[in-house]
Amino acid sequence: MSEEVTKNIIVRDDEDYIINMGPQHPSTHGVLRLEVCLNGETVKYVIPHIGYIHRAIEKMSESDTYKQIIHLTDRMDYLSAHMNNEAVCLAVENALEIEVPKRVQYIRVVLDELTRLASHHLWWSAFGMDLGALTAFFYGMRDREKILAIFEESFGSRLLHSFNTPGGLMHDVHPDFQKHTMEFVRYFRKKLPEYKQLLTDNVIFHNRTQGIGKMSRETAIAFGVTGPSGRGSGFACDVRKVAPYGLYKEIDFNEILYDEGDSFARYLVRMDEMEESLNILEQVTDNIPEGDYTAKMKSIVKLPEGEYFQRVETARGELGIYIVSDGKKFPYRIKFRSPNFSNLFVLNTLAKGGLIADLVAISGSLDLVIPDIDR
Amino acid sequence: MLLDIYSFSTLTASINKDLHAAMTPWLAVATELVLIGLLFLTFYALLGLFLVYLERKVCAVMQNRIGPNRVGKWGVFQTIADLIKLVTKELIPIKNADSFLFNLAPFIVIIASFMAMAALPFAKGLQAIDFNIGIFYIIAVSSLGVVGILIAGWSSNSKYSLIGAMRSGAQVVSYELSVGLSLLAIVVLSGSMQLSTIVESQANGWWIFKGHIPALIAFVIYLIASTAEINRGPFDLAEAESELTAGFHTEYSGIKFAFFFLAEYINMFIVAAIAATLFFGGWMPFHIDHWEAFNRVMDYIPSIVWFFGKTFIIIYLIMWFKWTFPRLRIDQLLNLEWKYLLPLSLMNIVIVSFVVLMGWYF
Repeated sequence: MSEEVTKNIIVRDDEDYIINMGPQHPSTHGVLRLEVCLNGETVKYVIPHIGYIHRAIEKMSESDTYKQIIHLTDRMDYLSAHMNNEAVCLAVENALEIEVPKRVQYIRVVLDELTRLASHHLWWSAFGMDLGALTAFFYGMRDREKILAIFEESFGSRLLHSFNTPGGLMHDVHPDFQKHTMEFVRYFRKKLPEYKQLLTDNVIFHNRTQGIGKMSRETAIAFGVTGPSGRGSGFACDVRKVAPYGLYKEIDFNEILYDEGDSFARYLVRMDEMEESLNILEQVTDNIPEGDYTAKMKSIVKLPEGEYFQRVETARGELGIYIVSDGKKFPYRIKFRSPNFSNLFVLNTLAKGGLIADLVAISGSLDLVIPDIDR
Repeated sequence: MLLDIYSFSTLTASINKDLHAAMTPWLAVATELVLIGLLFLTFYALLGLFLVYLERKVCAVMQNRIGPNRVGKWGVFQTIADLIKLVTKELIPIKNADSFLFNLAPFIVIIASFMAMAALPFAKGLQAIDFNIGIFYIIAVSSLGVVGILIAGWSSNSKYSLIGAMRSGAQVVSYELSVGLSLLAIVVLSGSMQLSTIVESQANGWWIFKGHIPALIAFVIYLIASTAEINRGPFDLAEAESELTAGFHTEYSGIKFAFFFLAEYINMFIVAAIAATLFFGGWMPFHIDHWEAFNRVMDYIPSIVWFFGKTFIIIYLIMWFKWTFPRLRIDQLLNLEWKYLLPLSLMNIVIVSFVVLMGWYF
């Protein structure tokens, strides 16, 4: 074991000064309980306690058809709802060797990137709030609202749209979908400098994040920290590049990598990713071809007996879905490899020896979504 | 002089005369004390409500929102509705808390801010008590509030409260130094600690202009240090809600919480009023030496308008800080004070003394 991994070992003592952060705490972003041991203001160790929002999604999936499972995956990482849906769809499509229409592939990428942007907006807002910059919250929400309006127009719902279905989409997108998406891209290009002014260039913000929660590349790999958090440590783990799916093979985009590994690097990765998402949207949105919105599918999908694995890049990292099928209409077993679960457990390593305020800055920069951890 | 038209001293003198004519001297004095007390209580409550409303509107503007807009026109009665809610709310007793200290703490905090108000010159002739050590008195009583905060955190039997209170203690005690030293610069310039004298000394120009560089440095230091002293963002570590939920007043509910809340806003008013009085001439209109016509025009604006105008501009500035900057960390906060602000303000005292000795101010 490397030194940084052994650093994670916790020695408890009866004399420890413990405070419970959560499950009802503003900066745990959900029902996560952190058992924080303090020495004055210094954090001695952090033990995350999970399970407060466990809904047995994996177990429930065993008695649902593949089309129904999609609606459950929304509820895991609700901010990456579309990518979660897509993971199930891709797994089923690959298992059945179905070629989805080009139009579907294009629309899925547009939705992927819009969802990623909306998720990063929310993260940016909440991260600002964690550090006490309350106004940032409303700036992020203002722009996120525009994306949710596009979703609402096409799917009727704003957050958990369950718009994917094995073989394609539920129905075609709204006729104005392309126009409004491009309007948003142009709008947000203008607004992104405001984010820079408000937080990125702020001296207090630098002091709060630079050098805080340093994670080496080895630690990131050892803990399986993926997504922007892993890429902030120089771990090239973008599934869109490593194992391209859908249309991503044909798109020209950069994988954002920073080597510093501190909270600020993780912050910059996400800021650059927003810009990269805009680039992808510009490439794809105007070129959505005409065609069917779904491939021909049977009304009840049955996977042949066997094991299937599919991974996608959500806004928080690598989501893996592992299906064991016995040939029936329900899966025999489904296992989700959720990114937040791995990202959470590096917290102790990063926060140890820092201050309480650093713990908040670190957990904010890891961008945790609790329902995805518990499932 | 035109200034005398708006002076409150004629009004207060006539009330004093009538009271003395009607009753024995000690009864008249007692009545005056009660009257002033009631006046201050009313003013205190109304000001608190107004500042809360103002903060909500200001922060709404900065955050692309509308702010309160349902209760009354533009939501002006929103804070009154909130007050009614707070007053009628249950006071939750805390298990194993030191109930005497727990109940005492909000009063200490609110009394400290109440006492500081007594010495403020609100307008010409409108000052409850004009000490010859006015500035010293205000600094002294306003720093009493931290005792209440420490007691609140200690007696709550809550770990979050305790951490919040300890942070607040470290913070207020440190920043007190810079506040005192930056005010001392103006005391040196004007040669008096009496607030009325300091205001009078700015009749031919405010100290921020007359005292040029040292006064400007002192003002910037004062603004930073006093924002920290009243536990407001970006220095609101004592109640950093993303770390400590609500800090020292986590366990308080109802009117006891309202006391902390109110005291915080009044403290903001007090520090802004001190800044206005010392650096921007208090109720003194904007005068430029030898520009007689201009000065006369300025004199037409009543002194009370000048005082509250300046104070609220500074309050707006403090609110602007809070809604723009992220919060500092506790070690950074103390570094800022002990490594930067304190040496700078000590140096500034030397500079200002030198400037006064050489007569390099206007």
